[in-house]
Amino acid sequence: MSAHLNIDHVSMEFDTPSGKFCALENVNLKIKKGEFVSLIGHSGCGKSTVLNIIAGLYQATKGGVVLDGKEVSEPGPERAVVFQNHSLFPWLSAYENVELAVKQVFKGKKSKAEMKEWIEYNLELVHMSHALHKKPDEISGGMKQRVGIARALAMEPTVLLMDEPFGALDALTRSHLQDSLMEIQRDLKNTVVMITHDVDEAVLLSDRIVMMSNGPAAGVGEILDVALPRPRHRLELADDPMYNKYRADVLRFLHERHAKPDVPASSKVA
Amino acid sequence: MNVVSKMEDLRMFAPWVRIIKGENRREQVNVLLRTLGVPILAFALFLGIWDSAAKSVVTSLGQVPGPSQVLEQAKGLWQEYQAESVKEDKFYERQEKRNAKKLAANPDAKVKWREYRGRTTYPQQILTSLYTVFTGFLLATLIAVPLGILTGLSQTLNNAMNPIIQIFKPVSPLAWLPIVTMVVSAVYVSDDPMFDKSFVTSAITVMLCCMWPTLINTAVGVSSISPDLLNVAKVLRLSWWSKIIKVVLPSAIPMIFTGMRLSLGVGWMVLIAAEMLAQNPGLGKFVWDEFQNGSSNSLGRIMVAVLTIGFIGFLLDWMMLQLQKYFSWDKSAVNR
Repeated sequence: MSAHLNIDHVSMEFDTPSGKFCALENVNLKIKKGEFVSLIGHSGCGKSTVLNIIAGLYQATKGGVVLDGKEVSEPGPERAVVFQNHSLFPWLSAYENVELAVKQVFKGKKSKAEMKEWIEYNLELVHMSHALHKKPDEISGGMKQRVGIARALAMEPTVLLMDEPFGALDALTRSHLQDSLMEIQRDLKNTVVMITHDVDEAVLLSDRIVMMSNGPAAGVGEILDVALPRPRHRLELADDPMYNKYRADVLRFLHERHAKPDVPASSKVA
Repeated sequence: MNVVSKMEDLRMFAPWVRIIKGENRREQVNVLLRTLGVPILAFALFLGIWDSAAKSVVTSLGQVPGPSQVLEQAKGLWQEYQAESVKEDKFYERQEKRNAKKLAANPDAKVKWREYRGRTTYPQQILTSLYTVFTGFLLATLIAVPLGILTGLSQTLNNAMNPIIQIFKPVSPLAWLPIVTMVVSAVYVSDDPMFDKSFVTSAITVMLCCMWPTLINTAVGVSSISPDLLNVAKVLRLSWWSKIIKVVLPSAIPMIFTGMRLSLGVGWMVLIAAEMLAQNPGLGKFVWDEFQNGSSNSLGRIMVAVLTIGFIGFLLDWMMLQLQKYFSWDKSAVNR
C-alpha cells in the first residue's frame, strides 16, 4: 500500500547572489493517514522548506510530494497551513477570517446557512465562540492563533500543515493550545505535519518525530516513534519513564549529534 | 473601537465638564489655559504683529492692509454677494412675469428662459475652486490607485515606474499649464462644450500635480503586504481579481488614504496657481483679477482670499483625516 502523503527524494536548491545554496538533500518521508508527525531541528535546518514544499508554496528542485496518489504542484486548501504569526487578515473579524476561507473552499457546495454553521462549529472547536466578531488586534496572541487554526480546519484539509504554530506564544498559552489541539485531533483525526523546536511539544503531540540534520544540505537524521498511549496528559506524563526517555532521545539528537555549528547568518534558510 | 474614537473627539469638552462637576478645579483650569488659552494668545499676538508691520509698508496700491482692513473687505465681499443675489432674484421674477404675461395673451407664444449672467461673486468663486479641485483630485485618484496597485505588485513595473515618478513628481503646475492648455485646446473641441476649457485645463493640471503622493503611497502599501497573507491567498487559490479585492486592496487601504490626504493638500495648493493662469473663475482668478485691478481695496481683498484658501485647505485636510480614520483598519497609520 502506498503512503497517504509521500515526500519522495526531495532536494531543494535556492539561487542566491553567491551561487546555488542546497537547503535540502534527498528528504524521504512517508506519512500515514491520521498520523501526527513533527519535524524538529535547529533553526536553519530546512524544516520550513519541507513544509513549504508540501504546501506547494515552493517547488522542489528534485523529487516531489505525492498526496493520495496525486503530485502536489501548487498550493491548495486540501493542504491548509497554520502560519507561525497567525497571518489573519487584520481588517476582518475572527468570524470573517474563517468565512473568507469557507466561502472560497465550499462555494456552491454548502448553502449559506450550512456555511454559517460550519464557520461557527470550527470556531467553537478552538474555543473562540465568545469572540466571533472581534478583530485580530482586539484579541490576544493565543486567541489569534486559535482563529488561525480554526480557519485552517474549516478548509477541511486532507493534511494540516503547521509552521511552528505556537512558537510565538508564552509557555502557559502554548500549553493551553497544545491541549486544545490534542482534543481536536482526538475528534477529527487529521493528518498533521507540524514544525517545532520545542522538544516537549514534539513528544507530547506526535505519533512520530522526524529529527532533521543540520543544513546546508539538510536531511532526515532520525525518526522516533512515540508509542505513548492517548489521550495524553501533560501532568501524568511528567513522571512517565517512557515520556522522559523519548524526550532524552530527541535532546540527545539535537545537542550531541547535531550540535549547532556557527553558521554564518547569510547562509541561513529558515 | 468606534466608541473610543468618539470619546477622543469629545476630549476637548472634558475640562469643562470636570469644572462643572467641581472636580479638581485648579488643575482643570490649567488644562484649559494650556489647550485653549495658548493658541488664542498666539493668534492675538500674530494679529498685533501683522497690524504694526503692515502700517510700516506702503505700496503703490497704498498701505498694506492690517487685520481690520481685511475684515472690512471681507464684509464688502459679503455685501456684494447679497446685493448680487437680490439682483438675480429680481431678474428671475421679471422674467417669470414677462413670460407669464406672454403665455396668457397667446398660449402658443414662444417664450425664452434666460439664465442670469451677473458678476461672479466670491462665494461662487469658492465653489468653483472646490469643484475644480475635487474633479482633479478624483481623476488623480482614479489613475493613481489602480496604477499604484499594479506598481506595488510587480517589482519590474516598480523599477520601470520609479524614474518616471521621480522626474514628474517635483514639476510645478506653472510648467505643466502651457502644455495642458495647448493640448486641451487641440483635443477638446466641441460646439457645445459641457465644461469650460479653463476648467478642464485647471482640473487636469491639478490631476497631474497631485496624483504622485497617492501613487507612491499605494505602491508602498501594496508592496509591504505581509508575505504570509499572500500565502494564505495562494493556499485558498484565490483568483487574481479576488486576491486584489479581498487581500491587496484592504491591506493597502491605510496607506492609500495617507496618500490621498497628501494629494488633496497638494491639489489645493496647485489649484490657485493653475486658476490664475488658466483664468478658471475660482479663487485663483479672483486673486489675479484683484492684482490686475489695482484699486486701493485690492490688497485687502487678496488677503481675504489668502485666509480663505488657508482655512479651506485646513478643512479639506480635516475631512480627509476623518475619512482616513473611518476607513483604516490600522489606527496607528492615521497620524496627525
